[in-house]
Amino acid sequence: MLEKALVGSKKYWAWVFFLGALAASGFYYYLQQFNYGLGLTGLSRDVSWGLYIGQFTFLVGVAASAVMLVIPHYLHDYKKFSKIVILGEFLAIAAVIMCLTFIFVDMGQPMRIMNVMLHPTLNSVMFWDSMVLSGYLFLNLMIGWVTLSSDRKGVPPPQWIKPFIYLSIPWAVSIHTVTAFLFAGLPGRHFWLSAVMAARFLASAFAAGPALLIILALIVRKMTKFDPGKEQIQTLAQIVAYAMFANVFLLGLEFFTAFYSNIPGHMESFKYLYAGLHGHHELVPLMWVSSIFAAVSLIMLLIPKIRRNEVTLSFACIMLFISLWIDKGFGLVIGGFVPNMMNQIRPYWPTRQELIIALGVWAIGFLVLTFLYKIAITVREESAGVEIEH
Amino acid sequence: MSMDRRQFLKIAGISSLLGLGATAASATHNIWVKGINPPEVEPNPVALKAEHWAMVVDMSKFKTEADFQKTFSACHTIHNVPDVGNIKEEVKWIWKEKYEHAFPDQENPYMEEKLKEMPFIVLCNHCENPACVRVCPTKATFKRKQDGIVMMDMHRCIGCRFCMAGCPYGARSFNFRDPRPFIKSENKEYPTRTRGVVEKCTFCTERLAVGKLPACVEAAPKGGLIFGDLADKNSEVRKIVETRYTIRRKPELGTGPSVYYLMGGNEHA
Repeated sequence: MLEKALVGSKKYWAWVFFLGALAASGFYYYLQQFNYGLGLTGLSRDVSWGLYIGQFTFLVGVAASAVMLVIPHYLHDYKKFSKIVILGEFLAIAAVIMCLTFIFVDMGQPMRIMNVMLHPTLNSVMFWDSMVLSGYLFLNLMIGWVTLSSDRKGVPPPQWIKPFIYLSIPWAVSIHTVTAFLFAGLPGRHFWLSAVMAARFLASAFAAGPALLIILALIVRKMTKFDPGKEQIQTLAQIVAYAMFANVFLLGLEFFTAFYSNIPGHMESFKYLYAGLHGHHELVPLMWVSSIFAAVSLIMLLIPKIRRNEVTLSFACIMLFISLWIDKGFGLVIGGFVPNMMNQIRPYWPTRQELIIALGVWAIGFLVLTFLYKIAITVREESAGVEIEH
Repeated sequence: MSMDRRQFLKIAGISSLLGLGATAASATHNIWVKGINPPEVEPNPVALKAEHWAMVVDMSKFKTEADFQKTFSACHTIHNVPDVGNIKEEVKWIWKEKYEHAFPDQENPYMEEKLKEMPFIVLCNHCENPACVRVCPTKATFKRKQDGIVMMDMHRCIGCRFCMAGCPYGARSFNFRDPRPFIKSENKEYPTRTRGVVEKCTFCTERLAVGKLPACVEAAPKGGLIFGDLADKNSEVRKIVETRYTIRRKPELGTGPSVYYLMGGNEHA
């Protein structure tokens, strides 16, 4: 089926080359970082994780969100999703590839990364995270490929794949839970030391991932002959609305605990992010954009008239995605490091090179996504009108 | 016994291989035949040993800026700690912080200005339950069983910096770039580091092994830094901790820091 990614219109190739150029510029700066060290980034002794780990965290969520299509389709027998469940699984593959690449570019000694497997350390959450992520990548590659091949041949998928599909459900939950545990188990980092961290991660993931999927589905409909379906998009929109509500609620819980308890360590990061602390306001505008976008997109999603209109729905989804990207892909990581362990403020801002490297990783992910979607959609276009019982 | 050419070559080949093997084995006899097990290596008879190395810091003994600088530079020179020259990429093993920063959340608005501004020496706490060791994905940082020192394997560290997020004391530094150009005079007796790895104080394991006290303890004003075995009832550190008022940094986190700060200073055991 791979050959299907090699035939396309001029537009398709223009897009592929555009992404390729972005990936190449990211790679160019990565070589600089590889030779010079992470000093090329805005990271410091006090803010030792930044944009890369933030993107990693956010994208684990996007990867996990494929489960929002798999559960209705395979557990609740929601047949309408059989057309688009592959879009979710392929998005998960692209997202996990981005996650692993972000981890790689964040390493101080990337050539030693296999030490994680050579010296397995069961007490380290990072060891488990690398295990569950690679497992999830493998599961989705296998499930996506087997089901799509069957579709192409016009036969139902083989029975043996079912257990793997069911396994992928708790596995998706595990990747984001374990990623939350990277943060939520550290003594002294009050901002992260929260029992609802994993729940919040899952809620924001199940909002941001399907929101991205809605945008992608609308693009697919516009650019190709394959229509993911109006009803399917509406069901996704409802999922996004519920998940976003849960996410905002959980964030509210964090605020309550921090500010009602009035414990300085618990309040300071929130103050730094949303109001500024000791004269430092670096992230305040960004966090307010995130908050306003979250509120507006949630309200838009809750009003049926706005949600059912695909134009307004796409706006809501874009705002929601940006909001959660800022919140989880940036604020969450930086907030944990500011103030530092000595209660001093050392601000962080990514450098130009760091931003281009991050953009390059996103480009690689979208390149993978483009190829995978091209394959899936070509198969769908060819079997158009043929309904296959899954 | 008759033998054709093929058989002869086979046997000759095998025996020469065996012969070569035998020579190789005898040349490295000690390694391959006997093997070296750490317990069989004679320990240095003068090495300093303890069950639980700990330090008591008595700030009252540090009177001048020179007292501090002498202490810090003793450590940083011996261990080839680079002076990168900016806060962002700073590498440090031992340094000073104001009271309000060394012990955050302990200050109060009416506190004596002198104490609030008073410098405290900080370094790795060699915790009993080190968070850095718990989170490290490769065991590059580990707790030495025999004496509780938290150590670093610079050759195994992948530079993920999880330990820096985990340490509640900010004791760890990362080599954001090649540190070697920033070492003023290299001590050839101690390794330099490469870029991309994390480093920190090791309580001078290399000095303890040859019977010397940590470099900072030796360089500090007399009685400023007291080093000893907390598990030994008769040690000076144990006596101070038992009889005097000492505090530790962030004890509420359960990490069990092994560095104690003697409050009220002056004469002690």
